[in-house]
Amino acid sequence: MTAAMLAEAWQAMGANRLRTFLTMLGMVIGVGAVILMLAVGQGAQQQVQESIASMGSNLFIILSGSTTSGGLRMGGGAAPTLTMADAAAIEELPSVAAVAPTAPGTAQLVYGPNNWSTQVMGSTPSFLTVRDWKLSAGFPFTDSDIRSATRVCLLGQTVVQNLFGDEDPVGKTIRIKNSPYVVLGVLAAKGQSLDGRDQDDTVIVPVTTALRKLFGSQFAGTVRFMMAQAESADAMPAVEKAINELLHQRHRIREGADNDFSVRNLTALANTAAETAQVMSLMLGAIASVSLLVGGIGIMNIMLVSVTERTREIGIRMAIGARGSDILLQFLLEAIIISVIGCLIGVALGVGGALLVSKFSGMAIVVTAASIFMAFAVAAAVGIFFGWYPARKAAAMKPIDALRYQ
Amino acid sequence: MARAADAVIRIEHLDKEYATEAGAVPVLKDVSVTVAPGEFVAIMGPSGSGKSTFMNILGCLDVATRGRYVLNGRDVGTLDKDELAHLRNQVIGFVFQGFNLLPRASLEDNVALPLIYRGTPRSERLARAREMLAKVGLGAYPRSHPNQISGGQQQRVAIARALVNQPKLILADEPTGNLDTATSMEIMALFTELNERDGITVVLVTHEPDIAAVAHRLVRLTDGKVIYDGPLERAAPGHMEKTP
Repeated sequence: MTAAMLAEAWQAMGANRLRTFLTMLGMVIGVGAVILMLAVGQGAQQQVQESIASMGSNLFIILSGSTTSGGLRMGGGAAPTLTMADAAAIEELPSVAAVAPTAPGTAQLVYGPNNWSTQVMGSTPSFLTVRDWKLSAGFPFTDSDIRSATRVCLLGQTVVQNLFGDEDPVGKTIRIKNSPYVVLGVLAAKGQSLDGRDQDDTVIVPVTTALRKLFGSQFAGTVRFMMAQAESADAMPAVEKAINELLHQRHRIREGADNDFSVRNLTALANTAAETAQVMSLMLGAIASVSLLVGGIGIMNIMLVSVTERTREIGIRMAIGARGSDILLQFLLEAIIISVIGCLIGVALGVGGALLVSKFSGMAIVVTAASIFMAFAVAAAVGIFFGWYPARKAAAMKPIDALRYQ
Repeated sequence: MARAADAVIRIEHLDKEYATEAGAVPVLKDVSVTVAPGEFVAIMGPSGSGKSTFMNILGCLDVATRGRYVLNGRDVGTLDKDELAHLRNQVIGFVFQGFNLLPRASLEDNVALPLIYRGTPRSERLARAREMLAKVGLGAYPRSHPNQISGGQQQRVAIARALVNQPKLILADEPTGNLDTATSMEIMALFTELNERDGITVVLVTHEPDIAAVAHRLVRLTDGKVIYDGPLERAAPGHMEKTP
């Protein structure tokens, strides 16, 4: 019975090919747009998430405060108030996974005939843990390197390319500010940070080496900032509070006086970025859904015309024994066939379009089975929803009125 | 006249009114007719006498305002829409003045259409449809379409469609109204054959005396009332008059 109905629906659609095609086109464009937009949106979301992951998770940055010298206010991080001892104390706090006191600076690097100016980070082995940074070759320096302030370093990929080219840098000696440093390892590539900086253009040396030998400091044992990692996202508020209280106490800051440090929650920033990407993705999907809706209304429009045009046929069918439900099924099947075939073509075009976009624009594109399934389900639902009213109208006709219709 | 119990059609005191803005307009007034199995009845009457309305009610396409209609032992007034559709499918075969074939379907698909609503498998549907086409003399071109054949042939296809479910009753509403005289007579010969050889009850509406003359019994309607109901031979000349 249903097979016969399907054959009849197919025949009716074939009888007016151009119209069927145009109706289907609404569905094709709607579904194609949804798939394409979701792919673009999810691609953007994925890019943001990768950037966030490259930053390290559950991170705080603790900056020393500003200082004023002869009327010149020096900006954040200038005050020599954060010490290595502070770092050790913070590491003792509950739920703190690791702390990396960091002394950044810029220096000229030389290897053979090549030289390169880059950011040099003095830090501890925890730096790699906190930033979730792996080595692609060699070994990291250890706590004993920190204690003895050895001249060793880890190179970022960009630095390796500029100094060594294709040569293997591990075990070689480079000169930083004219002092020799042994390359212990190479950092894995991390790519761009959220704000577009090249994270691989960096060198890491032991913090003690940076402070005592490389940059020097008027105030021994002070760093510009520290990175602290909480054990979990849930522990972050408690950790933030504990760090604040601890430093408040250690720095002997009087009640009501300004802090000489600040604690920043990087995850909150990252979450904002992730949410922005998600909202964008949702918005693209919503805009595309409108075209799907318009496609659905197109189906309803054509089905209504079709029902009116075929009123006499409906009357004939009823006169020879079709029940209302048979007529309903017939028209509903037509609507569903149109929307499902339109959807299949739309999925093909949407996926193809997404691949083309990623090929020519280099944008990240993510086509998930879920988004295809969703577009398909929505298309079928649209077919049923918008086909229902015209089909219902056809089925509710009185046989005699339908037969008499001219 | 047939005994009431085994009648194919039993209509008692049937009224039909149409609701208009000016109030209810009566079309059929207190009509009572009983048709026994195997009868061949012609219904005549001038335009506006209510004969088409009567036919539509007989065919369960329209419902009476008052009165009782028992078709093949079932009281039509108590049936719901689906049961009426079932009766139209199984008990009645319809033949219309305008043929009412589906223009896009082939002849065999047209004839097989009632079987779809009965749930008959496709192979059996087509076999039965071809059998019926052969019976009306059109077995040679089952895959043709209605617009490729003459009016008389189209009406034969419509009759084949009416026959495909082996109905007890054929209702023909001016079946020769769109046909020339010679073709009309061929169609009437087909009805006579179905009536005499297969014992199918035939009720037809016509305003042509020569067409009505094929029947055995005449029911004449005027202004919604039955003014004559009896054997054709005994009808007064006026009752057989050609009506405009």
